[in-house]
Amino acid sequence: MAGGIFEKAKFRIAGDRGLLVEYGETIDPGVNQKVRSMTMVVEKNMPDGIKEVIPTYRSILVLYDPAVTTPTVLQEKLTAMEERLSGIDIPPPKVVDIPVCYGGEFGPDIDYVAESHGLSVKEVVRIHSEPEYLIYMVGFTPGFPFLGGLSEKLHTPRLETPRTSVPAGSVGIANNQTGIYPITSPGGWQLIGRTPLRLFSPERVNPFLYQAGDRIRFKPISSEEYDRLAKEGGE
Amino acid sequence: MDTFLVLTPGSYSTIQDKGRFGYQHLGIPISGALDTYAYRIANLLVGNPEDSAVLEVTVVGPQLAFLKETYVALTGADMEMTLNFTPVECWKSIRVEPGDVLNIQSIRSGCRGYLSVAGGIAVPRVMGSCSTYVGGKIGGYKGRPLIKGDVVQTGRGFLLTSPKQLPKSLIPRYSDEIQLRAVPGPQDDFFDEGLMTLFEAEYTVTNNADRMGYRLQGPPIIHRDNVPRSIISEPTIPGGIQIPADNQPIILLVEQTVGGYTKIATVISTDISKIAQIMPGNTIRFKRVDLDTAHAIYAENERMIRQVSNLFSNQQ
Repeated sequence: MAGGIFEKAKFRIAGDRGLLVEYGETIDPGVNQKVRSMTMVVEKNMPDGIKEVIPTYRSILVLYDPAVTTPTVLQEKLTAMEERLSGIDIPPPKVVDIPVCYGGEFGPDIDYVAESHGLSVKEVVRIHSEPEYLIYMVGFTPGFPFLGGLSEKLHTPRLETPRTSVPAGSVGIANNQTGIYPITSPGGWQLIGRTPLRLFSPERVNPFLYQAGDRIRFKPISSEEYDRLAKEGGE
Repeated sequence: MDTFLVLTPGSYSTIQDKGRFGYQHLGIPISGALDTYAYRIANLLVGNPEDSAVLEVTVVGPQLAFLKETYVALTGADMEMTLNFTPVECWKSIRVEPGDVLNIQSIRSGCRGYLSVAGGIAVPRVMGSCSTYVGGKIGGYKGRPLIKGDVVQTGRGFLLTSPKQLPKSLIPRYSDEIQLRAVPGPQDDFFDEGLMTLFEAEYTVTNNADRMGYRLQGPPIIHRDNVPRSIISEPTIPGGIQIPADNQPIILLVEQTVGGYTKIATVISTDISKIAQIMPGNTIRFKRVDLDTAHAIYAENERMIRQVSNLFSNQQ
């Protein structure tokens, strides 16, 4: 599959109230930049009938009111906006450190990930905690960051059947993506570790530590360090 | 003002309104009443704006002691209900007095009931909505289903001058065999035979069926050769029919924001209300409709609700 930005956006019908607009089909910083610029432009102009714009890795989902507009009209308007797109200022990213205790009970799939790539568990930890990951998208559950830039050495398919309950803080891998489960929820990612940080605190004015466009670094910690941080976070 | 005390909570009773919009990009799902038809009518029956907060009850309803004089109405699932041990009807406004006990028992058909109270249930808004999102522990009553001893408040309402009842012809009937209309896409191009399977076969609802989604069981839905089995994760919308690696479809609902499996088709928004009333063990058939038809059905449903709204306001 060719990388990079589509010459023309691809429109997909998502039910009777959604229009999915794809700008590429790879995880690519350039494509994501385009997504974020388009999101800002659409939100600024908010054509009639658009209720919500949800940015993702390489597409935006536009939710509309079918009583007010149609996908055909929206398609025209979005295409026109895309043509006018240039010199949009995007806020500078911040870098957030996430401490992670890898393996053991916190990362029940780390042995599988290591074995399927002929690596040791130590190597998996080293490779996973090396990059500074771009947050392409937040979703699935409150504050779940979808991170790009996972080393090819760790690409691992999702579980055949998702788990019905994954503990909060679990760090996982799904194909070429990695991310963190901020709250306990069902999920199909291969779990390799867990962070003691609370990633979603609805009682705070800003419930989230980061947003799409920011960057995350994973810092390996021991289980003692995990316990200490978990206690601090609970107070 | 304190309006009712929870004597028994029922199996899963949460406060819901039309949903929490505008936060899906942060991973906050829409939530909200799953059966929007029953929800809106419930509010209209007690003279509320149709987007007021109500109690969504599931399979076994709660027992509530009322602390003030007001009107209530139960819509959605056909549930046995008594007021001070005397049977009362669904889809109808009921006057309650302080000390009255409303007992919503088990379902005769359907799955979820909607109890409206005049003035609307009053809880703090979280991110613009009263809806409970239990998974995220936010909204509604302390972010959780009701438990025994909770005291629930309502907003300032007014007492109806005459009770209201929905015309029988507008009350949905819930069957064990359900037809859901769906528009192909967003990833219909990942399937060829799979689309035929989806629209011809019969699927059984498994026990894994909640406000996040309904897992179905039936003939496997197979992707075309040479297409990826999963996609780069993208936002989901209620009704999306996702095909995971085990080829058994999952209908995504209101407590989900993104997913990484392909969605072969999307149940039309009007039929989400039908899904809300489906129980594990029921069977589903999908009927293919095009987008224009889906929009016409949407318009017709809105027209019908406006008609009910007008009918009720003329009765005032």
